[in-house]
Amino acid sequence: MADAPAVDVRVTVNGHEQVVTVHPMARLLDVLRVDLHLTGTKEGCGEGECGACSVLVNGELVNSCLTPALQVDGASVTTIEGLAPGDDRLHRVQQAFIEHGGAQCGICTPGMILAAVTLLERHPQPTDEQIRTGLSGNLCRCTGYTRIFEAVVRAARLRPGERAT
Amino acid sequence: MRAYLPAYDLRAPETLREALTLMGDRARRWRPLAGGTDLMVLFDAGTLPEGHYLGLWKLTELRGIHEIGGAFAIGALTTYTDILHDARLARSFPLLGRAAAETGGVATQNRGTVGGNIANASPAADTPPALLVYDAELELHSVRGTRRVSYDRFHRGYKDMDLGPDELITRIHLPRPHGVGFHYYRKVGTRRAQAISKVCLAAWIDLDPKARTIRDLRVAVNSVAPMVTRCRHVEDALRGRACDTAAAHAAVDALTRDIAPIDDVRSTANYRRHVASRLLEEALESARGSV
Repeated sequence: MADAPAVDVRVTVNGHEQVVTVHPMARLLDVLRVDLHLTGTKEGCGEGECGACSVLVNGELVNSCLTPALQVDGASVTTIEGLAPGDDRLHRVQQAFIEHGGAQCGICTPGMILAAVTLLERHPQPTDEQIRTGLSGNLCRCTGYTRIFEAVVRAARLRPGERAT
Repeated sequence: MRAYLPAYDLRAPETLREALTLMGDRARRWRPLAGGTDLMVLFDAGTLPEGHYLGLWKLTELRGIHEIGGAFAIGALTTYTDILHDARLARSFPLLGRAAAETGGVATQNRGTVGGNIANASPAADTPPALLVYDAELELHSVRGTRRVSYDRFHRGYKDMDLGPDELITRIHLPRPHGVGFHYYRKVGTRRAQAISKVCLAAWIDLDPKARTIRDLRVAVNSVAPMVTRCRHVEDALRGRACDTAAAHAAVDALTRDIAPIDDVRSTANYRRHVASRLLEEALESARGSV
């Protein structure tokens, strides 16, 4: 058996520099939820198929259930908790989701919102096809996706900080 | 997550030399881990072999897509997203981008690598059929030196590859493209994204526009054999023929000698055989329609 000891992993999470002492293979999902108490990121499948665990690592969407902790050593991670620009304001994507009914049970929502955020960074005025492709790794069992797509379209038209309705 | 964490050692060397030295250590077996999108699935399920893993993500020597005189050298750590963003690859080797776009979703594409996809050796892998069609060659490194292997000889059987325990795939070489030709790729899965292939067919067909004969072609499939496979009987049956209905019948007939589909969790032998034949017919019809 390898009997691997825990190691120090230096990672910036939502703008805050952290050092976590974890096993190198520990899932980033568990480091976020258990070690850092950031429970916004959800586990839906534990096999990279549903996207509920999606976070941004160095600005790129990844499935945190498939990311070993060592892989984010030196990296910058953004979770759903780090999205809002302030305590009293929401990111325009969050605002649009609330006001267009893009969330029901909410389990897919953190990952879905982060996927939408990174999509809008790459395609500020996405076509329907680009929205479907950009969110294709995020499964939702409640909404039937329609209101999620509408929320993304609406968020694309909002200036940052502008309310959706 | 079912794995027992202390049983997994993971280290990420800074250089290729350091990585190869560790891989060459006979006292300890280091297993490479690139993006992690295959291995961590097994880890989460509790079925990843315990032991020592070598994180490759710091090895800049394995990154980058380089073009020299029309030929390409693709670093093994090239992600599907990297492939999708490379306009030169899209022009010369469009099937790579088609395969990358149909692999998982954005999150998988950001982390999954071509080298990892090859070394994982799933018979259902989506990019390897495109690599076979493009006559890819693998560059392998170890402390013992470097060698090249033609990709169509790399997979010898189910998860049996011409890759030593101390070797790393470092680059995938694509020789100068065959010419203009017609490029075809279709993956059939349960849904249009985040699905593993039931069957996939990739083809490059060079049609003489006047005579409408097939000057040359390559056909490759996944999920219908123990490994991704070139369809050599199909190619031999079609080379030099007029691309017509009789040729399509001959091709479908020859296909049965190239494939050996089975029933498994994703599909059945009958479905795979039927759909593979239809994909081949569609490839030929589309090629005919393109000139």
